[in-house]
Formats: sequence, C-alpha cells, structure tokens
Amino acid sequence: MTTEQMTGAQALVRALENVGVDTVFGIPGGAILPAYDPLFDSRKIRHILVRHEQGAGHAAQGYAAVTGKVGVCMATSGPGATNLVTPISDAYMDSTPMVAITGQVATSLIGTDGFQEADISGITMPITKHNFLVTNAEDIARTIVEAFHIASTGRPGPVLVDIAKDALQATFGFEWPVQMRLPGYRPVTRPHSKQVREAARLIVEAERPVLYVGGGVLKANAAAELKVLAELTGAPVVTTLMAKGALPDSHPLHMGMPGMHGSVGAVGALQRSDLLVALGARFDDRVTGKLDGFAPGAKVVHADIDPAEISKNRHADVPIVGDAREVIADLVVAVQAEHDAGRRGDYSTWWRQLEAWRRTYPLGYDLPEDGGLSPQFVIERIGQLAGPDAYYVAGVGQHQMWAAQFIKYERPGAFLNSGGAGTMGFSVPAAMGAKVGRPDSAVWSIDGDGCFQMTNQELATCAIEGIPIKVAVINNGNLGMVRQWQTLFYDGRYSNTNLHSKRIPDFVKLAEAYGCIGLRCERPEDVDAVIAKAMEINDVPVVIDFVVHQDAMVWPMVAAGTANDDIKIARDMAPDWENGD
Amino acid sequence: MSQHTLSVLVENTPGILARVAALFSRRGFNIESLAVGTTEHPEISRMTIVVNVESLPLEQVTKQLNKLVNVLKIVELDPAQSVQRELVLVKVRADAETRSQVLETVSLFRAKVVDVAPDAVTIEATGNRDKLDAFIRVLEPFGIKELVQSGMVAVGRGARSITDRSLRAIERSA
Repeated sequence: MTTEQMTGAQALVRALENVGVDTVFGIPGGAILPAYDPLFDSRKIRHILVRHEQGAGHAAQGYAAVTGKVGVCMATSGPGATNLVTPISDAYMDSTPMVAITGQVATSLIGTDGFQEADISGITMPITKHNFLVTNAEDIARTIVEAFHIASTGRPGPVLVDIAKDALQATFGFEWPVQMRLPGYRPVTRPHSKQVREAARLIVEAERPVLYVGGGVLKANAAAELKVLAELTGAPVVTTLMAKGALPDSHPLHMGMPGMHGSVGAVGALQRSDLLVALGARFDDRVTGKLDGFAPGAKVVHADIDPAEISKNRHADVPIVGDAREVIADLVVAVQAEHDAGRRGDYSTWWRQLEAWRRTYPLGYDLPEDGGLSPQFVIERIGQLAGPDAYYVAGVGQHQMWAAQFIKYERPGAFLNSGGAGTMGFSVPAAMGAKVGRPDSAVWSIDGDGCFQMTNQELATCAIEGIPIKVAVINNGNLGMVRQWQTLFYDGRYSNTNLHSKRIPDFVKLAEAYGCIGLRCERPEDVDAVIAKAMEINDVPVVIDFVVHQDAMVWPMVAAGTANDDIKIARDMAPDWENGD
Repeated sequence: MSQHTLSVLVENTPGILARVAALFSRRGFNIESLAVGTTEHPEISRMTIVVNVESLPLEQVTKQLNKLVNVLKIVELDPAQSVQRELVLVKVRADAETRSQVLETVSLFRAKVVDVAPDAVTIEATGNRDKLDAFIRVLEPFGIKELVQSGMVAVGRGARSITDRSLRAIERSA
C-alpha cells in the first residue's frame, strides 16, 4: 500500500485508470470541473466531448454493449446530471453495465437549492442498480471500485457516483489498492445442482419444449454454451429482441423472435409449448402479450441471475438462480446424463408443427404499389451488404422492429437497441459508442427520422473525434409506429404524428453541416449503390436519407393487451394454427 | 390480504430509509407501520415493517428489497414466534370530575400517566396492536385531544439472534 498526496479529483482519475477505464463520454460544467483538470493529463483515458449528456449516456451504453466492459459517462451537477436520467433508465431496463459520474454542488450548498443543484442520487434511486453521494475525498477511490464492481457483476446495471465539488478539490493521502465495503451485495452465480437436474428431467420428458432465450444469455457470454444445449436437446430456440444473435438466425433450430412483432413460428412455439426453458429472459409484456393467455399449457423452468425476476410475471415450476453461462453449461451436463441413462426427448411431432408454421408464415413484406421505396427492403439490403460482421444499432419504432426482423444476426452482440425502455434517440449516440469500442468494425445506425432528430447532434462529435459511423435514416416523414397504431386503433386519425421530415430538415444538408457525408436515396434501384458508396467511406461519418413510403406496417403483430394467440400476420388476418400447411 | 411483519437489517448509511420506503411505494405496496433504529451494533440499523399483502407479492417485494445494496438481511417474523410491541402517547380530556375514571382505565391497562394538566392527562401505553386498540376505544368517551403512535417493533422469541451473521459480513468487509 502506497500513500500519495493528491486531490479528490486526481484520485477520481487515478481510480478510473486503475479499474481499467480507457474511454469516458462526457461534458464538463461547474461542479465537475475539478475532475476535468487531471483528466486533461491522463494518458490512459480518452475523454470524448459529446454535445448533450444524453449522448454521453447512450454512447457509454453502446461502448459497453460491444466491449463487455463498463461504459462510463460524466456530467456536471443539476441539468448535466438530469440529462443523464434517460440513458441511466435505459441502461437499467436493459441491464447495461454503466457508471455515471456526476459533479455535485459543494457539501455546504447541498440542500440549499444552490445553483445547478439537483438531488440526482434521489432522482436516480429507482433507475440505478445502486448510487452513491460522495462528500469526502478519502471515499472517492473506494466508491469508484465499488461502483464498477456493482455495475459489472450479478445482473449488470447502471451505477451513479455523485461527487461533491469540495470533495474533488480537497487534498488527502491517496492509498491504493482500496478495500470494498459491500457486505449486503452478494450476487449468486452458481446454480443449484438439484434444480438443474430437475430442469434436465423436464426437458427430456417434454413433448413440446422451447428454449426461450433472453438478453441475459448475451450478457453472460453464453452463446457457445447455448448452441451446445440446443443441439444436444434438439429443442427449438426463440431469441428475444435483447438476445438477437445468441443463436445464429440461420441455425435450423432457431424459430426467430417471439413477442409483439415476433414471427408466427416463434410465437406459436411459445403458445403451444408444454415446457418453457427461460434462460436470462424476464417474461416482459412485449413477449408474453396478455399474461393469462401466455403459453397456457407450459411448465416453466426459469433461470436468471436476478432472483427477483423468477416468478415475477409467470410462476416458475423450476426456479434456477445463476449466471446464464453456468446454468447452461450445467444443463448440458445434466441433459447428457439423462441421455446416457437412455432418457431422451422425442420432439419429432413438435418439429413437424414448427416446420409447418415456419414454412407457411415466413417473415415478409409487401412492396409499395407505386414503386416507391420500401423501408423493409432498405433495411434488409443493408443487412445483406454490410454482412454479419457489422454492428447494427437501432433506434425505437418501426425501423427497430424491421431491423430485428430483416437483418440476419449470426453472432452475439451484433444488434444493439433500446429494448426495455424504448428510448427514441438511442441509435446515433449508441452507434458512436459502439464504434469507439470497435473501431475496426463497421457500425450502422438504423434510425428513424423521428429518433434521428432527437440526438443527431452527436454527428458533430463523430465528425470531430474521428468516429466514422454510418447512419441510415429510414425517413417516412412520420412517427411511424405511433402512426401504425393510429391506423389500426384510432380509425386512421393521425394526430400529431406527421413530422414532415421529408421536407424539413434536409437530412443531406444537415449531415454536411455536421461535417459528414450526406447521401439520399428515393428509388429501389438505387439502394445497393448508395449502400456500397457509404461502405467505401471510412474516414468520416455518412448519413443516408432513405426516403421511404409512409404506410408500411410492422407485421406480424400482437396488439397490446391481447393474447399471443390473437397474433395477426396482416391487418385482420390471423394465422391458421392447426393447419400449418 | 394478510399482515406480515418484516425485520430488515440494513447498513446504517444515509438515505437507506428513503431507498426502502421508495421501493415499497414504487412496487405498489402500502406500509402499515415502519420503525427504524440502530441495533446492538451501531453500524447496523433495523427496520420493522408491517405490510398488508398477499404472500406472492410479498415474496416479490422481499426479493426486490434484497437487491438493495445496503440491505443485509430480511426476516419475516411469525406473530406466534415473536414479541411485537407498539407505543402510544395519548392526551385525554380529564377534569376534576372525570380524572379518577381515566386513571382507573390507565391502571387497568397497565399504562402510565406522563403529564398532567388541569383539564387533561397524557398517557403512555405499550402493547400489541389489539391491546392498544382496546385501550384507545375505552378512552374515547372521555375525549381524545391528541394521539401519537410509534411504529411496531418486534423480535423473535428464544435465544437466537438475527443480527450475528450480518455483523460478521460487515466485519469481513471492513
């Protein structure tokens, strides 16, 4: 242990360096200013100056998603901190490991409604895994170590560290290493072997099992184990929006994505199943539809690292608390033991049904009759031309669902989006963070014109910092998903969904104003060429304004509040469950 | 709906009461009664929380409470296997005419007079909920001017302690 005299701000930077931080997204301001001085001198940390704190937060999320490391964002007190609330909430819903560092007014001013004071630890209490208010310089380094530990272990999540300005300014004797003090924090990662054996027994006894795979499998880096389990059991697999790529989309056992806009095959597999094996999934309402109509005949094995998820929405017959990777690895051993004892599931009848659904109800879309540009076609072509090695970062809405449906994901982590929170504006800053984390990979932001206008200021950051992302704006001129609901549920009364963004702003000029290359595409025959052109440009960010028709809808759809069995494959068209062919 | 008494051991850190209370309201639970104080170990505080819920939602809120980083341990106390006490201070109208009747009630319930004024007395009473409810009912005809009640505190019967292991966890991490 060495002791060194330094300020709290220097201790903060040193602690960040020591826990392995190489990138911080942020904006300085009054209360955090002391921290920016030693940050200026750091040789280990690259600070990326964003244009809005929300951008810093989503960038940290994108960075975390592609690197598996903890993303870091930094902001000042008051409005700086409150601008982080949306990405913190997003990270909480999608279990993204993130540490947000905010400056706070000096201790003597706390509670006095001081200039730029906001009780950010109080504000973020329900949307952080944990948060800290630090008022002593001596506590800064230990708190940083604790924050990174909490953010990255167990079920990952955002942790906020709010540091009073006087704590940053005070000089004290810095010591390293520091000892964490977290007596109440003990995440369980090792699954209970008896429960795992019980799950294996149910799997081989089942006639219609489904592996229902959620984002926890990606968080646990368990894609390889999942493939082994799927192939060993021969059970169909569905991957949720948060788990795209956990099993390659091209894998014969993969039935697609379940949920509100899932495939008929995936939704049908869940609904007709007699055993759901939920792995790192949380029975979200967008997956289950009306809960009491969800998979009515299924027993449930539910494995999750967060005990509070188990039996929260659906009773688990076999609860397993543990890290998805360890659970799946143990399940492989246990299922193999069942096979060795001559007990093996026969799912051939089940597969005949599944294949029939898959054959009869593939995902698809109609091209517009006027020969205009179809948004689904654009997204599909981007996926085909940019290929499985690229990262795809969606915003929220129709384009997000099409990016989930029509891009083929062959590897874990290739698809980033805002699943739980549904944060419009996620895409551009998250793509920026992803590109910083994976500078040698192509990163495509698949954005909508509504989303794009919420956070496109980060194009300036991308242009200046040398972060050449590619942005495909799927511009239908409308808040498309809301418009779709108005079409279906509000008699086509399009209240306040027309953004007129085919006229204003001019996205090509906007891109150019931001120092990016701006391209426009309005005809199907030009799509491949414009994508190819964008792929050739690797020194500056590229924005493509794809002007698409406004009446495309996302199908299939389980309307909110209805049961999965009521899925529609197009307007007023229900699948025929029993006669797949 | 049934009543449950939770003993929650927490690190004695600023803001922990807000975290626990906010979690209950956020997840849609009403707290019937809440009492907080430090334990025999100054670094550990103990909250006694009484809630009216079904057992399944209670399991969910207990799991969510367990996720709070500063929460060390949660034990549900079985009413039959624990001692449960509340305290009330009640100011009752009592003039020369009624004072003796009031004092008789006080002694019947083994309560105690803690302040006397010409036209009122203030009484302290402890007991379980049923006893205190009965006591207040009997005092009502005299005219209750003011009533204040503590939250319930409760402890399990027998020699075992629920704080020992939590203290060891704290000592390990210190």
